[in-house]
Amino acid sequence: MQQVVSGLAQGSIYASLALALVLIYRATDVLNFAQGEMATFTTYVAWSLMDHGLSFWPAFAATLVVAFIGGAAVERVLIRPVEHRPEIVIVIVTIGLLIALNGLTGWIWGPEVKAFDSPFPLRTIDVGGVIISLQDLGVLAVCLVTVALLWAFFRFTTLGLVMRAVANSQDSSRLLGVRVGWMLALGWGLAAVLGAVAGMMAAPALTLDPNLMLVVLIYSFAAAVLGGIDSPIGAVVGGLVLGVVINLLGTYVDFVGGELRLPAALTVLLLVLLIRPQGLFGHRVVTRV
Amino acid sequence: MALLELRDVQARYGPIRALHGVSLTVDEGEVVALLGANGAGKTTTLRSVSNMVRTNGEIVFDGRRLARRSPEFVARQGIAHVPEGRGLFPELSVWENLRMGVRGRLADSEAEQVIESFPWIERRREQHAATLSGGEQQMLALARALVSKPRLLMLDEPSLGLAPTVVRELFAIVRRLNEEEGLTVLVVEQNATIALGLATRAYVLEVGKVAVEGTSDELERHEAVRKSYLGY
Repeated sequence: MQQVVSGLAQGSIYASLALALVLIYRATDVLNFAQGEMATFTTYVAWSLMDHGLSFWPAFAATLVVAFIGGAAVERVLIRPVEHRPEIVIVIVTIGLLIALNGLTGWIWGPEVKAFDSPFPLRTIDVGGVIISLQDLGVLAVCLVTVALLWAFFRFTTLGLVMRAVANSQDSSRLLGVRVGWMLALGWGLAAVLGAVAGMMAAPALTLDPNLMLVVLIYSFAAAVLGGIDSPIGAVVGGLVLGVVINLLGTYVDFVGGELRLPAALTVLLLVLLIRPQGLFGHRVVTRV
Repeated sequence: MALLELRDVQARYGPIRALHGVSLTVDEGEVVALLGANGAGKTTTLRSVSNMVRTNGEIVFDGRRLARRSPEFVARQGIAHVPEGRGLFPELSVWENLRMGVRGRLADSEAEQVIESFPWIERRREQHAATLSGGEQQMLALARALVSKPRLLMLDEPSLGLAPTVVRELFAIVRRLNEEEGLTVLVVEQNATIALGLATRAYVLEVGKVAVEGTSDELERHEAVRKSYLGY
């Protein structure tokens, strides 16, 4: 049970980043390979704010604002000029951004590992004989609350409705007077916020270095594919399931241990693509010819 | 003065020219039909007005030039374009699709008006648009266009793939809105009989040009139009 809770906490981080990937995929049909590096960069921003004396939660809030503005700016400055080009061009731009942000992060903050304080107590509690880490519970709660807030935004606000419409059909949205470009920028901003939450929740456990989110991004890709790359609920469920499965495999299957967790996630990715390419909650694409 | 005027509009899809200088007018309060065979340029003409395609020439709506403005700008001028294929959002509910017509919440009076014309919407409001029948989807697309209170309604092949009874119902609603509320309509239609029955004037397009124009009565008497589009 302890491993399940721990897996859920890790999985909620994958879920947050997977949801960020899905948000952008639904709106633009491309995977943002720089999502992890954007998260790492904003996590360093949070570290800098705390290094200058801010406590965790004010730094957390300020970082989300920075992430939102940064994400929207990336869309306006880098993605907008190539939005009508083939998808592969946009993918290459995101890979370029990944490399550029990784280098920029190392250049600004240095390559050495930094300690990133956790906002949660490091002690454990005993719940009916099960030892649960408060850190894990806190990470799980923050990620799930963020996802729930985002769901409420999309479900109950007019802006959320318009963004869902844009994700459904950009042309139809334009014909109704929707400023699609701004909606896409908003989507990139929200995705960056999700990434920032994932980064700030992952950093205390993983320690902060310029490659903080590289591995998390791969887990998140696997989670998004497992849940269905076009399904927000699938991304969340996929992330949580993957977190638990990987954690249980690492703990109870001897040969997996700590080293083979990533290959295990990639195996999940491969199996899903072979057996059920649309994932658990994704839509099967049927094309009339 | 015409509400909508196209002067020598040319349009192209990449290297392929689809319109070769189309000129037409739509006066306030009238229904104008665009007729023609497949590939004649009817849909492209509507897409040119909405700026969904690259154009040359002048497009003037209510005295304001629309050429090279964004589709969202055109829509915000009061032009509701129901495209071929209806342009619904399949993953949104019926009511959410309607709300997109005003990009916000429907006022009670707006909701009442919609339900008066399309009573079935009240029962299906939470249903996904993708699960509606073709006729219901077309009705919903029309309802969504109407809640935006357009000055010009552009309908692209509204009868395509629909049962004759549904088509009659659809055109009856458009006719009533034109007669009672003075709604201006530009309709693209392959079914010339039903289009000329609704429209006051019509243009026949052939290979991207206006080949014939006149009142509906004149076109119904035009020998070539009768043979090619009315079948007698």
